[in-house]
Amino acid sequence: MSRVPAARIAPAPLAAPPPRRRGFVRTYLTPKQAIPGRARLILAGGSFVFVVGVWSLLASLVQNALFVPSPYQVVVTWWDMMVNLGFYNDVAWSAFRIVAGFLLAAVAAVPLGLLMGSFEAVRSFFNPPINAIRYMPASAFIPLLILLQGLGEDEKITIIWIGVFFQLVLMVMDIAHRVPDEMLNVAYTLGASRWTVFYKVFLPATFPEVVDALRITMGWAWTYLIVAELVAAEHGIGSFILIAERYLRADRIIAAIITIGILGLITDTLFAIVHRLAFPYVEKVRA
Amino acid sequence: MSEIEIADVAMRFHGRHADVTALERISLTVPDGQFACIVGPSGCGKSTLLMIAAGLITPSEGEVMVDGKPTFEPGADRGMVFQSYSLYPWLSVRRNIEFGPEIKKVPPAERRKTSSELIHLMKLDGFADAYPKVLSGGMKQRAAIARALAGDPEVLLMDEPFGALDAQTRQIMQELLTDIWQRYRKTVIFVTHDIDEAIFLGDVIYVMTSRPGRIRTTLVVDLPRPRTFDTLAGPRFAELRNQVVGVIHEESLKAVESELARA
Repeated sequence: MSRVPAARIAPAPLAAPPPRRRGFVRTYLTPKQAIPGRARLILAGGSFVFVVGVWSLLASLVQNALFVPSPYQVVVTWWDMMVNLGFYNDVAWSAFRIVAGFLLAAVAAVPLGLLMGSFEAVRSFFNPPINAIRYMPASAFIPLLILLQGLGEDEKITIIWIGVFFQLVLMVMDIAHRVPDEMLNVAYTLGASRWTVFYKVFLPATFPEVVDALRITMGWAWTYLIVAELVAAEHGIGSFILIAERYLRADRIIAAIITIGILGLITDTLFAIVHRLAFPYVEKVRA
Repeated sequence: MSEIEIADVAMRFHGRHADVTALERISLTVPDGQFACIVGPSGCGKSTLLMIAAGLITPSEGEVMVDGKPTFEPGADRGMVFQSYSLYPWLSVRRNIEFGPEIKKVPPAERRKTSSELIHLMKLDGFADAYPKVLSGGMKQRAAIARALAGDPEVLLMDEPFGALDAQTRQIMQELLTDIWQRYRKTVIFVTHDIDEAIFLGDVIYVMTSRPGRIRTTLVVDLPRPRTFDTLAGPRFAELRNQVVGVIHEESLKAVESELARA
């Protein structure tokens, strides 16, 4: 064994430093790792181009505009629907039904959900029937409601109400139930009465998540509305789609579906903006 | 003068198979201006005892008296600080601190004076209008203590307030808390499982044991005040520490043995 001084064994200080650039695998294939902002934009834009591209390709391969219209044809059809067929009228009808049904459901569901989440007595009374009805599909009520209410607006609004109310009530109940006890207890030990704790601590603690729940159920409301309109309606996007089907106009159907998607996106964005403006204090868990 | 007395308090929970005795006939009196620490292993019921003292839980037996008067409900006379900070995220630091005065309908100018003073004392200058989400853990707990003090309680109840903080922050917070206590001289019941923390802060230490929770020993901490970082290095601190550790060790052994005997 040779006696080499320890210092000589140490690696030479002049050895090349490891490359500082992070490779492709490390940047893009590390789970939960953030990717560069520009890459994110390119990917998001790219997905849109990809979908439209695949669709165009499909349309040119099938060569049957009757069943598979190209994206361009659909845009042209959409413009035609708006200008010549009064499609905006159907959109307005649908929007009115959505807003009316959703508001009526929210006005009932949010207070009841909050009460159910905070008072066990209220929860014990309302929870079993609501939980049971939740599993009954709202669309299955359509024939019954047509018998009871006819084909007018009441029936459409009731469908949306049934679809939204029972889900929303339980979501709000959960939100209320999750308010940490300690938040309320702190208030009690600062001398707050039950009523003060309820409206100064409990209610504000639920608001941001309640708006989130409204946003989610609003999306579902569209589904129930379209189903109701498909079954029987004089106006509305759903009835427009049904008529388009009778005339073999796939392009109109697709244009109408995309319109619903865009309306959903707009309401969702509005909710997000309201949320950001009204609750600037909410901690964002993830970007 | 405001002393708090816990008189013959017992707590039983109804379990599925048998009733569980969480606390067994606990009596202790914390006189005016005393800093009392309750130390014990997790699950010994020390937090339950504190909740009972606050009036947030009704004991199965016994009662809690503030200045000789029995109390059955929570109130502003017993302010509480929790481990989880529990600041109201929708209120600024200042509005959080002013929460107690606000519900007591203290005039705004006076409220503001109180909160400004506490913000400065708790080293939160510059964060008065910030929401809690931007604060660090230590700052959140300082704000929570400020909020409890702003309520001007007779007794301050603290449930492992520094339990979620890292060791360095914890030490700083303990020093800050002794300073604050020196200034306000509130009666304090402080629950912790950290022996060093209890010795550093307390006038008296109650060592609790578990199953059923009861007070095993009472130790008077005769370290001079004001206590500083140097207190921790003194020989008396080490002596007291050994004493408490000895008692807890003995109890833990007993607990293990009784578990083995039952098995």
